[in-house]
Amino acid sequence: MFRRTRYHLALFFAVIGPGFITAMVDNDAGGIFTYSQAGARYGYLPLWTLLPITVLLIVTQEMCSRMGAVTGKGLSDLIREEFGLRTTFFMMAALVAANLTNVMANFAGVASSLELFGVSRYITVPFASVAVWLLIVKGTYGRVEKIFLFATVLYVCYIVSGVLVKPDWKEAAIYSVRPVVMLDPGYITMLIGMAGTSVAPWMQFYLQAAVVEKGVSAKEYAGSRVEVIVGCITMSVIAFFIIVACAGAIHSVRPRDIKDATDAALGLKPFGDAAYLLFSAGLFNASLFAACILPLSTSYTVCEGLGFESGVNKRFREAPIFYWLFTGLIVIGAGVVLVPGFPLVRMILASQVINGILLPFVLVFMIILVNKPRLMKKWVNSQFYNAVAWTSVVVLIGLTLALIAITIRGMIG
Amino acid sequence: MAEQLLYLTELLGLKVYGLKGRVLGRVSDAALVPVVHPVRIDRLFIGGAFTWLTVRQEQVRRISLDGIYLSEENLTPYYPDESTLRLAQDLLDQQIIDAQGRKVVRVNDVTFEVTSEAGHDVLMIREVDIGLRSVFRRLAQGVLPRRMIRRLQSRIAPNSIGWEYCSIIERDPQRRLRLDISTSLLERMRPADLADIVEELSPEDREALIVAMEPETAAEALSEVEPDIQARIIEALEAERAADILEEMDPDEAADVLGDLEETTSEEILEEMEGAPKADVEELLEYDEDTAGGLMNTEFIAVHDSACAADAIEAVRSQPDLADGVTTLFLIDIDGRLCGFMPVTRALLARPETPLSELSPEEPVTAHVGEKAAKVAELFDKYNLLALPVVDDEGRIAGAVTADDIITLLRRK
Repeated sequence: MFRRTRYHLALFFAVIGPGFITAMVDNDAGGIFTYSQAGARYGYLPLWTLLPITVLLIVTQEMCSRMGAVTGKGLSDLIREEFGLRTTFFMMAALVAANLTNVMANFAGVASSLELFGVSRYITVPFASVAVWLLIVKGTYGRVEKIFLFATVLYVCYIVSGVLVKPDWKEAAIYSVRPVVMLDPGYITMLIGMAGTSVAPWMQFYLQAAVVEKGVSAKEYAGSRVEVIVGCITMSVIAFFIIVACAGAIHSVRPRDIKDATDAALGLKPFGDAAYLLFSAGLFNASLFAACILPLSTSYTVCEGLGFESGVNKRFREAPIFYWLFTGLIVIGAGVVLVPGFPLVRMILASQVINGILLPFVLVFMIILVNKPRLMKKWVNSQFYNAVAWTSVVVLIGLTLALIAITIRGMIG
Repeated sequence: MAEQLLYLTELLGLKVYGLKGRVLGRVSDAALVPVVHPVRIDRLFIGGAFTWLTVRQEQVRRISLDGIYLSEENLTPYYPDESTLRLAQDLLDQQIIDAQGRKVVRVNDVTFEVTSEAGHDVLMIREVDIGLRSVFRRLAQGVLPRRMIRRLQSRIAPNSIGWEYCSIIERDPQRRLRLDISTSLLERMRPADLADIVEELSPEDREALIVAMEPETAAEALSEVEPDIQARIIEALEAERAADILEEMDPDEAADVLGDLEETTSEEILEEMEGAPKADVEELLEYDEDTAGGLMNTEFIAVHDSACAADAIEAVRSQPDLADGVTTLFLIDIDGRLCGFMPVTRALLARPETPLSELSPEEPVTAHVGEKAAKVAELFDKYNLLALPVVDDEGRIAGAVTADDIITLLRRK
C-alpha cells in the first residue's frame, strides 16, 4: 500500500529535534564564556571534565524526555499535579528570575559579538529582539523548528575555528581522558563552574515540554533516547573545540583570564581572520538562539504550571499572561543591555545563584516523579538507573552548592 | 445569609468543633458522591497525616469561616471509596474540560455555596475557579487571615466555570461509572471544538475520552483531529473499538487514518470492521493519499440519466447520511459511466416529473483516480466546483471529492 511508504522516514524526523536543540542551547553565551575561560586560563587541562559532564547531562535529559514521552505532560504540569500550586509557584518565580538574567546575558552576547563586526548594539539589539519576537509569535511550529535545527548546524563554526587555530591535538587527546586535579582555588572554581552551568533548570522544563509538543509516544521513545544522547555528545564536542581553540590561541601564548566571550574571539585574531570571525559568528548564533528559546520556554512553563492559557497559536486576548511574560522577558532582557552602566555581570552571577538554588529541587522532583508507577508504568527507573541518577543528582547538587558559595563570596568580596 | 460562599482552600484546614466545643481536628479533604447527589458535599475528612475520620454531611450543624460545628460526634474512620470524588486529591491542581469555554483548564480552587438543608448547613459545589484570583487565594491561604484574603482578592477579576459545565477527566472506565461522569456535555459540543480539546490532552487522557464517548461522537471528533494524533489514538485503542469508530467516520477519512498506521495494526482493525464501511475503506486504501483516489469519498448520489426530478429527490432521500452535505447530482448511463452533473437544487426546483436531461446538465469535469491531488485542487478553483466526480479507467464513477476535502488538503500544506 502506497500510504505507508513514508511512515518510517517520518518517524525518524518526528523524533529528531527536542533533545538536540536543548543540548545545543546549553552552549549559550554563558556556556561559551565558561569554556573559553577554561581554555584560556588552563589550556587543555580541563578537557577531561567534559566526559563526566556528558554523562550527567545524558542522565538528567534522558529522564525528562522519557517522562514527556510516557506521560504526555510537561514537567511543570507534573510538578503542579503532584506537588501542588504553592511549590509550583515558587519554582516558577525562581525560574522566571533566573531565566530573565539568562536572556540578558544572551542579548549581551548578541550585542558584543556583532560589535566585533563593527555594528553598534543600539542597532543590533533592538533589531534582534524584534526579530526574535516576530519569529516566535508569527512563525509556525514547523518553520520555527527548522530554523532552530539550522541554528544548531551553525555551531560547526566552533569546530572550524578550533581547527584553524592549529592546537596541539596530541595534548588535547591526552588531557581529554587524563583527569588533572590541582589544589589551585581558581582551577577548582573553574571545574565547578563548568559542571554547574552544564545542567540548568530551564533545560529540564524545555526538553520535556518539547517532547510532549512533538507528540513523541512511549513506543517511539527509543528513537528519542538516541537523539538525547547524540545531542548531549554533540554539545560536549562543541565545548571541546571551544576549549581547544582558546587553549591553542590564548593559553599557549600567555595564560590569562578573559573578560567575556568576545575577548576570547579577539584572542583568536592572530590565527587569522577566519578563526576570529567564525568564533564571533558562533557566539552570535548561540546567543540569538538562546534568546529565542529561553523567553518562549519560560512563558510556556510558567503558564502551564500555573494553569494560564498559553501558546503562540492563541490570540493575545486569549492568553494575555503568556504574551505579557514572553514580551516582558525579551523587552527587559534586551533593554538592559542598552542601559549604560547596568550591572550585568552582577545580574548574571545572581542568576547563577538562583539557578543553583532551584536545580536541586527540580532534580529531586524529577527523580520522585520518574519513579511513580502511576505516572510512568513500566517506564520507571530501574534500580541501577536510580543509583546512577541519584549519584548524578547528588554530584550536581554538590557542585551547584559549591558554585553558589563561590559566586556569593565573589559577589561580596 | 441567603447565599454564602466558601472556597475549598478555606475549607481545608478549617477547625471542626464537636458538641462541647472541643476541636476534633481540621478538614483534610471534602468529597462528593455523585451517585447520591451531583453537587452536595457528602462527607468531610478530618484528622492528621495517618488517621482520618469521616464527617457525613448530615452530622454538620453549621459551617462558617470560623469553623465547622457538628451536631453529632459519632465519626467513622476514613476508608477509601471508589465512588467518592475527593476534591483536594482528585480535582485540585488537575485538568478538567470546560465545556462552555471549550478548553482544558487546571483547577485552582472550588467555590461552594453554603445553604441550609433540613435545618443544617450543607456545601454545594457552585464553580471551579481558574485564573489569577484563585492563584492568589491559594498562595495567601495560611499566610494571611482568611477574611483579609477575601478583601484583598476582590480587587482581582474572578475567573470561574460553572460546575454544570465541568467535565472531569478520568482514565479508569469503571471509576467513570462509579463517579457518574457522563460524556453528554462533551457530546453536545461541536466536533471541531471537541477535537481541539482532545489534542490538548495527554495521550492516555485522549484515549480514555474517546473510549468513553459513543462511537459516533468519537468518530466526528476524531475526524477533526490532526492526522498524526488521529493515528496515535486509533493505534492505542483495542482493534474492535477502533473499528467501531472508523466505521462511523467518512470512508475517505477512515482510510487516511488506517494509511498512517503500521501495516499489522491497520490490518487488525480492518479485520474487525464490518459491512459497507469496510468495503469502502478497503477500496480507498488502494489509492495513494496524494491522488484524487485518496481524496475522494465513495459515497455520492448518482442517478440514471433518464431519471426525472422526483427520482433524483428520492435518491437523496434514500441516503440520509449524505443528505446534509450533498450539493451535486451525478448522472450516469446504463454502463455506470458518468455523463453529466448538476446542482441538487435544480432537481428540487423543477417539477417532479421533469426528466433530468431537460434540466441542462453540465458536461462533467472529472478526474481520474490516479490524478495528482494538486491538480484536483486546481480543477476546483478553475471551475468553481463544490464536488468533483472521480472516475476509474473505464470512465465509471468511483467516488467524489468535495470542497471540504480540498480545504483540508490546502490547509495541510
